[in-house]
Amino acid sequence: MSSSTTNTTTISTAGPPSRRNTELAMLVFAVIIPVFAYANAGLALSDEMPSGMLSYGLGLGLLAAVGHLVVRKFAPYADPLLLPIATLLNGLGLVLIWRLDQSRRLAQRAKDAGMAFAPSAPNQLIYSALGVALFVGVLILLKDHRILQRYTYISMVVALILLILPMFFPARFGARIWITLGSFSIQPGEFAKIIIAVFFSGYLMVKRDALALASRRFMGLYLPRGRDLGPILVVWGMSILILVFETDLGTSLLFFGLFVVMLYVATERTSWIVFGLLMSAAGAVGVATFEPHVQSRVDAWLQPFEVAKNGGSDQIAQALMAFGSGGVFGTGLGQGNSDLIGFAANSDFILATVGEELGLAGTMGLLLLYGLIVERGVRTALAARDPFGKLLAIGLSAAFAIQVFVVAGGVMGLIPLTGMTMPFIAQGGSSVIANWALVAILIKVSDTARRPAPAPAPTTDAEMTQVVRP
Amino acid sequence: MSELTLTVMRLGFLAVLWLFVIVAVQVIRSDLFGTRVTQRGSARRGAPDRPQAQQQQQQRQQSAPPPQRQQSGGRGRRGAPTKLVVSEGTLTGTTVALQGQTITLGRAHDSTIVLDDDYASSRHARIYPDRDGQWIVEDLGSTNGTYLDRTRLTTPTPIPLGAPIRIGKTVIELRK
Repeated sequence: MSSSTTNTTTISTAGPPSRRNTELAMLVFAVIIPVFAYANAGLALSDEMPSGMLSYGLGLGLLAAVGHLVVRKFAPYADPLLLPIATLLNGLGLVLIWRLDQSRRLAQRAKDAGMAFAPSAPNQLIYSALGVALFVGVLILLKDHRILQRYTYISMVVALILLILPMFFPARFGARIWITLGSFSIQPGEFAKIIIAVFFSGYLMVKRDALALASRRFMGLYLPRGRDLGPILVVWGMSILILVFETDLGTSLLFFGLFVVMLYVATERTSWIVFGLLMSAAGAVGVATFEPHVQSRVDAWLQPFEVAKNGGSDQIAQALMAFGSGGVFGTGLGQGNSDLIGFAANSDFILATVGEELGLAGTMGLLLLYGLIVERGVRTALAARDPFGKLLAIGLSAAFAIQVFVVAGGVMGLIPLTGMTMPFIAQGGSSVIANWALVAILIKVSDTARRPAPAPAPTTDAEMTQVVRP
Repeated sequence: MSELTLTVMRLGFLAVLWLFVIVAVQVIRSDLFGTRVTQRGSARRGAPDRPQAQQQQQQRQQSAPPPQRQQSGGRGRRGAPTKLVVSEGTLTGTTVALQGQTITLGRAHDSTIVLDDDYASSRHARIYPDRDGQWIVEDLGSTNGTYLDRTRLTTPTPIPLGAPIRIGKTVIELRK
């Protein structure tokens, strides 16, 4: 090679643009794993193949097939991993919930409380079907994610309403995060996180230059102008209000954390992260000192075994014991005692069942699956060509990541327990449905991002060649 | 159910779960490890159909004009040029491996080397090997002409090694 040409390089992305067949193969894999887990749990619990195995496998396979066909038709260039991982997580969640349904302890506990014990797995399967229906609906109806940009301020209002509404409904289990209509209740916070991400992306796309450039440098940090601090103060105030009036640490953390992450991505200013951390720390400490519900959560976090001994809730203590007894490889599906957690064993605390029955190895695998979803979201944001799509993809994956962190951290005793649900795995209709919608929007953005760019219009041919006049 | 079966299933399940994770990472390997970086002009000889580093239009190695003739012995000859190098103009540094194909130059998008040059015509010139493997440059009736050294071309002319071919502001030459 001659030396004059060695420094010029050509960069090209490898691999074909559409990965639908890869996705199909991964989906088949993602359906087989939960069916295997189902058989395993059934054999361990009752020495025989569970009777519902065929219908369960077919149900999950049907959901996956519908999702795949719709993606093939309406988002042909979408990311190949998002749908299979979501399907796998949903399937594993169904198995874990079914396994906890079989627990005699939980049935006994319901009987003692004077309630009929209702298995949650069939309901969860229905919710999953509704979730996939919403997934399909979003893919078909949302032709282009940039349409959402038009609804920036409408989505702000809707999100605020969704966040404020639960205040007017009675508290359940110590937190006002539900809207109850008769026997039916939804958790609006789950949907609000998507809508709020739409608002933040639309807002920051317009305002990011003002936020990033109009600032003074002080001690290595960019200090924003006072008037630019306005929005972050408003969001901070909102999240504190949620914390105080709804006693919901999770939503408030999610809400504020999402804003700080998106602010950082939009402006590339580290100072926002510093401010965000300082403000959330100040807010959390402030609220924890005078709000009894939050205080009790902090106590249960700092001294789980003391609280359990003194007649308080033993959930965290039981969860920690479950993680411990799981060891590295776990006790095996259906062979753990994580049902001792009792209340919310199959929703907020479902990660403890994973920790006990699948062990450290299984928990790590599960967290990696969540990590892969987040990674695909961030990759989509990198590849997206429009700033709104970038911010939206970052926002949705950040919301997802923060939620996983908040729940997993709470159950494992890293941070105070907050009462959010593990996406896709935990029992709970709102959560499953909202997360399917979230994945649908990510798939839509990634479809636009990975779509090959249209060929440039042949304009130069039309232009006249200039004539050299000597 | 025997203890052994359950143990095997338990470990098997973990193995399958991790297999899924690993396969998933394999699927996105190309994304994780970023983009492929190819040195320009490093195309292997003897593999004429290999799609060469092609992202920018100027460096499009088209298979559209089929190899004129299989040059007999011309290729292995000592002193035969192996590549075409742009030495002046906006595309400076671009190289195209000479593999017996016709190279078209011009502002048209389907040219092998798309010139971003106001003084070049849409289909300005072409460079091709003749029967003996000697590379020939031919002006395709361009507005401002094609110059070999300092003479304006009127007929297809053999290109000496290293002689500058000037098209508008762009200068190309053949090198070993």
